[in-house]
Amino acid sequence: MDIIKSIEAEQLKENAENFRIGDTVKVFFKIIEGQTERVQVYEGLVIAINNTSVRKTVTIRKMSYGVGVERIFPLHSPRIEKIDVVRRGRVRRAKLYYIRDRVGKAAKVKELIRRK
Amino acid sequence: MLGLIGKKVGMTQVFDERGVLTPVTVIKIEDNIVVSERTDDKNGYSACVIGAVDAKQSRVTKPYAGQFSDVCEPKKCLVEMKNFDKEVSIGDVLGVDIFQDIAFVDVEGTSKGKGFQGAMKRHNFSGGRATHGSKFHRGLGGTGMAATPSRVFKGTKMPGRMGGEKTTIQNLRLVKVDVERKVLMVKGAIPGPRQSVVIVKKSKKK
Repeated sequence: MDIIKSIEAEQLKENAENFRIGDTVKVFFKIIEGQTERVQVYEGLVIAINNTSVRKTVTIRKMSYGVGVERIFPLHSPRIEKIDVVRRGRVRRAKLYYIRDRVGKAAKVKELIRRK
Repeated sequence: MLGLIGKKVGMTQVFDERGVLTPVTVIKIEDNIVVSERTDDKNGYSACVIGAVDAKQSRVTKPYAGQFSDVCEPKKCLVEMKNFDKEVSIGDVLGVDIFQDIAFVDVEGTSKGKGFQGAMKRHNFSGGRATHGSKFHRGLGGTGMAATPSRVFKGTKMPGRMGGEKTTIQNLRLVKVDVERKVLMVKGAIPGPRQSVVIVKKSKKK
């Protein structure tokens, strides 16, 4: 099994997971259109982190013109330039699927304020 | 046909430079040694015999070990390769680097044994309805005709032992040749459990 681990370790990005469930993040995703390459920013709420190692993915949900949009990004993909945390969230669950059934203010996640 | 003996390590995923994720099977190729040669004068055909995977000394009989006599330690796996594209002589050590310029491979292995299975799993029969009073669920249905021929033909698809047989998967894309780790990565799945011996050949059709 060590061979598989070493192959996967080569592809892992350092500090790729700098956010937690419930955080609002900005994903800078590279898009290749023929010859040109541009960066698209996708901002939303982290509602799930699945799998481990190279297979690790993040599900990010946002509301776009009143329609819920969820995108799943492979965390270690070379097409992800960086992920910025916009806002920390205070949540008590590892998966925030309940957000899907809520609308408006009920669909909000409280901000995490760390006391010193 | 260019080919080597390897061991299935397992599956993982790799990103390419464009960020496309490919599922790959990792095959470890330990040193393959050319043990002997078959020649037209002596055997009526020409081929080279390749051996790999060290055998335990106590499990080797003297006649079997004799084949290796002065070339190397006895190997568990011996394969004859006809029309080996590369010039080789007895005692040569072959590694993954011979696959360097090859894009597609065929992989031969022994599939996982499934035991005694019904016709639905073994031959993809459709079976019957589960509910609404159906009394025919996973059976195989009819196996023949009536008074003529009044017997079941040989080779009729029926339940029985499934798996554990030689299987070849053709035209698998060779994603990466890792000389450092002595490893090949092919796209998709290959037959057999992990740690099983597989034969990787240059693809026949591509």
